[in-house]
Amino acid sequence: MIRLEGIHKRYGALAVLKGVDLEVGAGRITAIIGPNGSGKTTLIKMILGLAKPDAGRIIWNGIRLNGDGQYRAGIGYMPQIVRFPENLSGRELLAMISDLRRNPESDPDLVQRFRLEGELDKPFRTLSGGTRQKINACLAFRFSPQLLILDEPTSGLDPIAARALKEKVRKERDAGKSVILSSHMMSELEALADDVAFLLDGRIQYRGTLADLKAGTGESELEGAIAKLMTAGAVA
Amino acid sequence: MSTMLKILRYELRDVMRSRALLMYGGFFLAATWLLFQFSSDSSKALLSLANVTLLIVPLVSIILGTMFVYDAREFSELLLAHPVNRRQLFGGLYLGLAVPLAAIYAVAVAIPVMVVGVPGEQVGTVVQLLLATVYLTCIFTAIAFAIALRVEDRVRGIGTALVTWLGLAVVYDALVLLGANALYAWPLERPLLAVILLNPVDLARVVLMLNFDVSALMGYTGAVFRDFFGGSTGLLVAVGALTVWVAVPLRLGSRLLERKDF
Repeated sequence: MIRLEGIHKRYGALAVLKGVDLEVGAGRITAIIGPNGSGKTTLIKMILGLAKPDAGRIIWNGIRLNGDGQYRAGIGYMPQIVRFPENLSGRELLAMISDLRRNPESDPDLVQRFRLEGELDKPFRTLSGGTRQKINACLAFRFSPQLLILDEPTSGLDPIAARALKEKVRKERDAGKSVILSSHMMSELEALADDVAFLLDGRIQYRGTLADLKAGTGESELEGAIAKLMTAGAVA
Repeated sequence: MSTMLKILRYELRDVMRSRALLMYGGFFLAATWLLFQFSSDSSKALLSLANVTLLIVPLVSIILGTMFVYDAREFSELLLAHPVNRRQLFGGLYLGLAVPLAAIYAVAVAIPVMVVGVPGEQVGTVVQLLLATVYLTCIFTAIAFAIALRVEDRVRGIGTALVTWLGLAVVYDALVLLGANALYAWPLERPLLAVILLNPVDLARVVLMLNFDVSALMGYTGAVFRDFFGGSTGLLVAVGALTVWVAVPLRLGSRLLERKDF
């Protein structure tokens, strides 16, 4: 689906990514984990073309990305924080993005799961943070994209909405979609991740399934396994 | 419809509801109305309006433009996560501000002028004023875009915009005047022509002032400008230079956006 090869990125004196290789396959939920500032969001932005790598290649379905944005028709992105135009309503925003994508398709599933219908006609400035986050999620899933990129998807959601979202993510995975998930919430990672990519010091230090990670580190809890990885990474 | 036009349409919807734009329109509506009410003749009113325009239009365009780009940052990021190219985004955002700014000025000035009515020979002046405003709006909005895309920090960006406006609309003129005064013994016509071509506000001013019998206000070089800019070649050169003044910052801004990391 998508493959990153030797991605380097520095911001001024700070080298954020120092040669990241990562492949995300179809029908898998791949969690990118790592400490704060390890470059998770930067990596996601590279995939979206929001930031440009200094070196390295990104290959989407066998074709190298060259600056044209058309491949993003296959991606649904849910950013961690999003500010929608204050004067637009949710419905206007959804219609606008459909129009921009030239894609009349709309998956109503999440709107129903979140019981959002009544909120869609209010302008964003009157909506709570949680409701905005729900619309953010609906937008990412709306066009049944091949690849979903979810950055801290359940932060700001109430437990019921968070649960509905997790169910939806699993459903999409089972339908053969790829998911890239970035999260600090252990429960979320435990509940969703199939594969884990551990990012530290600008490189992927560990890549494997969640089950292998736990077995390999001898920890039953993900939190413990990650703690071990971090200490090992710091030593190495 | 192209992606750029779609973005433009949505931007227009948003910008048209903004309070700043309405205040801008309201200001020129009131200013034009009052000037025509209280001036002894419409030529004087137009001259005052031209002077207000030359100061306010660049200021509002550059300040609103800079703030607009910072405010649109999240929205840009949102759109760029979809199949939208950066060039399309740039075009949509730029026109989404420049078009309503120019349009609301035109409406705000045209309404009182039409209600009060101007003598036939001044209709051309009004049209020229509108044309100059379209150029000034496009130029200073483009400069604003370049500044806001170059300077990460919002406060510094708005500061830079303010200083740029001050430089081009106020300080530049003062310096030129000082220089011309100091070097009065030298033949300055040609260098001064060049100096004026290098500043869009001066360029617009000279083109406008030729319509009023105030070339004298521009000192002893007035005649030279009248000869140069008054002719059709001069006007063509002026419009050409103004067009370059739109194109250069636009290109710069577009490239800055193309390379920007969000």
